Amino acid sequence: MSLDPATVARIATLARIKIAPDEQVRIAGELNTILDWVEQLKTLDTSAVEPMTSTVEMVMPQRADQVTDGGYPNKILANATEPVRVSTTEEMGGFFTVPKVVE
Amino acid sequence: MSALNDLTIAQLRDGLTARKFSAREVADAYLAAMEKQRGLNAFILETPDVARAQAAASDAKLAKGEAGALEGVPLGIKDLFCTKDVQTTAGSHILEGFKPPYESTVSQNLFDAGAVMLGKLNLDEFAMGSANITSYFGPVKNPWKRKDGKDLVPGGSSGGSAASVAAHIVAGATGTDTGGSIRQPASFTGIVGIKPTYGRCSRWGIVAFASSLDQAGPMTRDVRDAAIMLGAMAGHDVKDSTSVPLPVPNYEAAMTGDIRGLRFGIPKEYRVDGMPAEIEKLWQQGIDWMKAAGAEPVEISLPHTKYALPTYYIIAPAEASSNLARYDGVRYGLRVPGNTLDEMYENTRAAGFGAEVRRRILIGTYVLSAGYYDAYYLKAQKVRTLIFQDFQEAWKKCDVILTPTAPSAAFGIGDKADDPIAMYLNDVFTVPVNLAGLPGMSVPAGLSGDGLPLGLQLIGKPFDEPTLFRVGGVLETAANFKARPGA
Repeated sequence: MSLDPATVARIATLARIKIAPDEQVRIAGELNTILDWVEQLKTLDTSAVEPMTSTVEMVMPQRADQVTDGGYPNKILANATEPVRVSTTEEMGGFFTVPKVVE
Repeated sequence: MSALNDLTIAQLRDGLTARKFSAREVADAYLAAMEKQRGLNAFILETPDVARAQAAASDAKLAKGEAGALEGVPLGIKDLFCTKDVQTTAGSHILEGFKPPYESTVSQNLFDAGAVMLGKLNLDEFAMGSANITSYFGPVKNPWKRKDGKDLVPGGSSGGSAASVAAHIVAGATGTDTGGSIRQPASFTGIVGIKPTYGRCSRWGIVAFASSLDQAGPMTRDVRDAAIMLGAMAGHDVKDSTSVPLPVPNYEAAMTGDIRGLRFGIPKEYRVDGMPAEIEKLWQQGIDWMKAAGAEPVEISLPHTKYALPTYYIIAPAEASSNLARYDGVRYGLRVPGNTLDEMYENTRAAGFGAEVRRRILIGTYVLSAGYYDAYYLKAQKVRTLIFQDFQEAWKKCDVILTPTAPSAAFGIGDKADDPIAMYLNDVFTVPVNLAGLPGMSVPAGLSGDGLPLGLQLIGKPFDEPTLFRVGGVLETAANFKARPGA
């Protein structure tokens, strides 16, 4: 299986990474080198093998269903790209802006 | 007395407890040493104020006789661990300036044990790399030099951790290991590094790369220091359901020096094509040392070894593409505007991620995409089962496995940069261990013809870190590795 530039463009859209058209050929080449190399897995018969989902055999521990954290929006908003604080004293006053999503 | 920054963690602990010197004096000695070695580019951020404040707190605890296991010990923290109110970048432009409002469990455990943070250590971007050349903040230099004087890589992804431990500008460092990122740089810089069993350390607050493979571990100057540090890092954490609720053994006490009667496996498939003679020779030397100490070599077979790297380069990018989806420019980190929301995402991620990270996200997206999932991702998960079963078979014949850590010594900055697969082959001996979730340790064992350090790897049964420390201690004594960079 070989990736063409159109497939690279499709993957790039799925991954939400902008790739200029003149870069698509180079990236297709790089990805094909890797895909050709992993092709060797196809020589193995795995029809009777279960896929591995965890290397540790254990029952997943559960914790009590209690709220133990949170309630500090201003601390979290400190990292927001465009934070807007309605009030510096009001705990729940902060929010942040995002680009317009509804046309 | 030797300089404070030349003492091991165990020696610092003894000296601090006996009040021969103060934690503040130790911190100042390290901060001065760090300043002299800024050319290594080992730190993304130095935190001298944090270090001095923590050292003062340690001195107060020492005065009251309430010292923790790492009281007053100055460490570097790989910049993949979130540190509260201290910039955490994962080596990426997309997280530049990000100050987590919380502390990772592992770094919190270390601070609870009294550790002092000197700063945040450089790494490959999102821990993706084997040479520490993909960091947005520039490559790290290996303190070791080849005879021709060329700047060498420290290995990766924990390159800043390895370089700083080797240069004695930290007493120890945290690393993370997804495919060899603790052990390969440990080998390249002549230090000890252990990747514990998957589930031994909490992953909470560590920037995720490939969640089914990532584990944190210590990088130190000797085996005992690694035992002390891992004891403080490990343990169950209610915030990470994959961390295992098993008690943490006393790893230091496991170093009895007695490996008589132990069976150690030599996997025949690790004699890979084109392996340099000096690596082969080092491996044989390791076998001879262990035999002389009373252990018995057993030839074992791990027949799916050659499939481990291709399996890894499907699974790790697949998990990464999912984990890194969160960096979208909306809630935190870099935002590059666009005419539409999708364009904003695409512009942000194109500008924020470097070439290797973009490449892995694209591969991961492809192998998980409709129509290719079964052929690539599911196939890789099945081969992972076969690799896991290889080790289960091996444990019927042996108690521990001895291999080289990496197929070469450190190479030049810029070498292999144009060939991703040549770079990926660095991890040929370490990747199977992550796929099987096992513990692995690299111990410095000798020098290459160019005078560069080479490590041997020990692979253990699940949660059998005590045996790794016991055998690692014996190998270390036999190897008597005393060489220092720039000496």
